This record gives sequence, C-alpha cells and structure tokens, in this order.
Amino acid sequence: MSGILTRRNFLRGSAIAGSGLILAGCDQFDFLGSKENQVRKVMEQANVLTYQVQRRLIGAQTLAREYSASEIRQGQRPNGSVDPSTAEYVALRDSGFAGYKLKITGMVEQPLEFSLDELRNMPARSQITRHDCVEGWSCIAKWTGTPLGPILDMARVKPEARFCVYHCYDNIQRTLSGDILYYTSSDLIDAYHPQSILSYGLNDQVLPVSNGAPIRLRIERALGYKQPKYLHTIELVDSLAAFGKGKGGYWEDTGYDWYAGI
Amino acid sequence: MSEQAGLPAVKGPLIYRQSIWTRVTHWIWAICLFFLLLTGLQIFNAHPALYIGQQSGFEFENAILEIGAVNTPEGPRGRTTVFGQTFDSTALGLGVSGSAERPTFTGFPGAVTIPSYRDLGTGRVVHFFFGWVFVITMFIWFLASFINGHIRRDIVPGPADIKGVPRDVADHARLRFHHGRTYGPLQKLAYFGVFFVLFPLIVLTGLTMSPGINAIAPWMLDIFGGRQTARTIHFIVMLLLVGFFIIHIVMVVAAGPINELRSMLSGWYRASPGTPTAEGDKP
Repeated sequence: MSGILTRRNFLRGSAIAGSGLILAGCDQFDFLGSKENQVRKVMEQANVLTYQVQRRLIGAQTLAREYSASEIRQGQRPNGSVDPSTAEYVALRDSGFAGYKLKITGMVEQPLEFSLDELRNMPARSQITRHDCVEGWSCIAKWTGTPLGPILDMARVKPEARFCVYHCYDNIQRTLSGDILYYTSSDLIDAYHPQSILSYGLNDQVLPVSNGAPIRLRIERALGYKQPKYLHTIELVDSLAAFGKGKGGYWEDTGYDWYAGI
Repeated sequence: MSEQAGLPAVKGPLIYRQSIWTRVTHWIWAICLFFLLLTGLQIFNAHPALYIGQQSGFEFENAILEIGAVNTPEGPRGRTTVFGQTFDSTALGLGVSGSAERPTFTGFPGAVTIPSYRDLGTGRVVHFFFGWVFVITMFIWFLASFINGHIRRDIVPGPADIKGVPRDVADHARLRFHHGRTYGPLQKLAYFGVFFVLFPLIVLTGLTMSPGINAIAPWMLDIFGGRQTARTIHFIVMLLLVGFFIIHIVMVVAAGPINELRSMLSGWYRASPGTPTAEGDKP
C-alpha cells in the first residue's frame, strides 16, 4: 500500500469534511421561521404529539416537584413585563389594587367577580416550586395563593368549555396600532390541577409588581409563559380561534408551542 | 487499501454487511442530528449559560459556562467564562459575530443555528420534531438490531475485542485498516458508547428539562442532579456527539470512502484481501 497517497487522501478528505461543517449553517433553513410554511406546519404537529403523549402519561393530579425552603436561594427573577404602563393598571397599582376584581366569564353558569381581599380569604395553598423559563433558566420560589379549581366549580363551568383563556393587564408589546396585551390559555386539566393557584404571595411577601401583582396564575407543570402575570379575567371557551392570532396566547401567536410542557 | 492505492492486489470478497435497518436508521439519524444540533444551539442562545443544580444562579454562583459580550475601546468583544476562567472568544464567534460594522450579539453565531437569526420558537418547533424522529428511529434500531444480531455481533465488545484494542490503536495510528466481516475493537467501542451511553443520555437529559416529565418522573431530576445539571449534561453530550461525528467522517475518508459509503447505501462491503469467503458473498 502507498502510505503517501493514503495520507494525502486522508488530509484532503478531512478538509472536505471540515468545510462541510462550516457550510452546514447559513440561512437555507430560515424559511422554517415563517408561520405559513407548510413544512413548519407539519413539524408543529410534533408539539401536538408531545401534548397528547404527556396527557396520557401524566395523571391529571400528578404534582410538580415541591422543594424545601432551603432551596430558595435568590429572589424570583422577573421576566417579560415587569412594570405595565396601561392607564388601567397604573390606576389600580397606585390605589394599592383596592378596586381590583378577578372575573370568571365565558362558558360558565354563574359569572363571578372576586376582590383581592376575597381571594386572600379563601383557602390558601403554598408551594415551593421551580419556575422554568422557555429561555432555559430556572428559579425556585415559594408561591402562595388560592387554588383555581374550586373557583371554577363555584362558577359552574359548562360542559362544552374546553379551555381557560387568561387575560392580563400588561402591555407586553407596544405597536403603532396600539398596545398588545398579554394573554395565554390552558386546557381544563391544567386549570383544575391542584397546584394551579391564583398567587398573591411570593417568598412570604406580597407579590411584587415585577412578578405580576396583584394576581399571577401558576401552572406548575408548564414553562414560564404559562404563568400569566397581572391576571384580571379568566374566560372559559370552546375554541381559541377568536383571541389574538388564534394560537392561544401572546407567545404562542409569535410561534411558541401552546402546551409548553417541554 | 487496494482500491485506494489502485494497486492490483487480490480482492477480498464483497460481503453484505449492513442490513436495511442499519442503513435506513443511519441516514435518518444523520439528518436528525444535523437539525437537532443547529436548533439546539439556537435554543442555547436564548440563555447562553450552563449551571449545576436545580436552578440558575442569578444571586449566587453556580454557572460553569457563560457566553457574553463586553464593550471595549476597540469595539465589542466576545467574552466566554468556562469554570471561572474568562477568555476573549471573539475569534471563535462566541458572544459577538458578524462584521465590525454590524455585529451580532449571540452565544453561538448565526452560521451554526437554525434559523440563522434569533428565533427560539422556531428552534423549539424544529428541535422537538427531530427529537421525536430521533427517538422513534432509536427504538426501531434497538429492536431490529437486537433481533437481527447486529448488536451482539457488531456493537457489544467481547473479551477478544478488549484484548485487541492495543493492536487496533496501533493500526489506526498507521492508518492501516482491516476490513473484516464485523467491526474492529475500536469501532465496536465507539458505537457501543454512542448507542448505549450518548444516545440514551441525550434523550433522558432532554426529557429531564420538561416540566411535564418532571412531574411523572421526578427521579430523573435526582439521577441527573437537577434540571440545570441535566441541561449542562445535554450540552456536553452534544459536544461528544459532534466529536464522534468528526472522527466518524475522518475514519470513513481514511478507510476508503467509496467502499464505506457503498456499504451504508447498498449494504455491500469489500472486505480486505484474505478474508475467508462465506455463503452469500459475491466475488
């Protein structure tokens, strides 16, 4: 065998392989960023599969892990909106949320309203859980609030309702044609989950504005964008098509998956 | 070697070495790993840091990797900190990339992410799609390879393989390859490591980042030492798989790319001269 030839082949081949690696990236696949692209739409079905598999695999009552108090090593990192500037919210904040009402509307037999004091006087639950941002970071904090399930029962959810839409005060995005307000949604399994609480307390303090005062919903088996801050209305619906761009939430409308359990 | 060197040596037999299961899963994985890597780097760029433990230290220190940028009198520079050691990573494209007039501030440069611009939502859509394809292909491979004997014959190293490692290392160092009926000791060890260690690890650490899976299988958080450690392991296994890929390509080229590619496309592989023929071989 000829060692020189082999070595030359070896070097040439390595160079080809190396340049292939560098060329690999580029922007040939940027079309996948377009929401209307058919290939992307097929790929999005993988998220539907993830949702269905996790729903079959994970019991409706299965709890997210709760941590010990010693795991609270820092404040809850604020993210997204941290100081909403809509006139409605600013007025509420300046009055110490005295006029705040949480509304339960939509497909319910009995629409309801609760003041902050009423919510604070209802049975409370505290849980030390890990908040996972879709960006990749995690933060452990203690959340205190009243479970959402019993409140939905008081409003008597109609059988045709399939989703809860969570409407928020914060203008997450300001555009030329006006503010875009934050909203997200969940199925009724997440809404009725025992750890799904309307939280008004964080780390044994009153929930601060930067973390969603006066009320932030916790959905502990989902990523951070399913923990809506500055919550004012929970609307029960049978379809998400009527809200925003129809994908079930502010971030969902920009291309994030709706389920957010992974 | 005879083919490469073009020397008129006695040809070994043409053997049917790669089953249809091996070939199809191989190419599906190749496509999956390409997209998983590039969308994975897109996802990483959303928060270009790695930590040890359950959570990310913002008010305490548990990061082992941080990629960022700083302003200097000479303009923006990439700054990467690994295990407390900070270095200028501008030349690697880490932290800052693109031209001096229009710099981009991302962990990894757009040349190695899908999409090339910042789009975490799309990165996740594509990553999870290929994640599913990868896992389903893995199940098919394990089932088929267990039944057709590929795992027993070619993947799990036996005592003879372990004994043959030093000799095989010496042969590799001299770029002298033996094309046999089954894989050589180093080949077996490499594939065993990929199939039985790296592939399961990257899938399990990926699932450990899912808050849904955490609820049903909190023990996964414990075996990997927390969600952020799982994320770090996921990243390290990615680096190891990239390392495997580079060596894999180099070895294919060194051992005879035509023969190796043919075996991974048609299944037929030209063995070294002197390889005893068996039933089913072609001349």
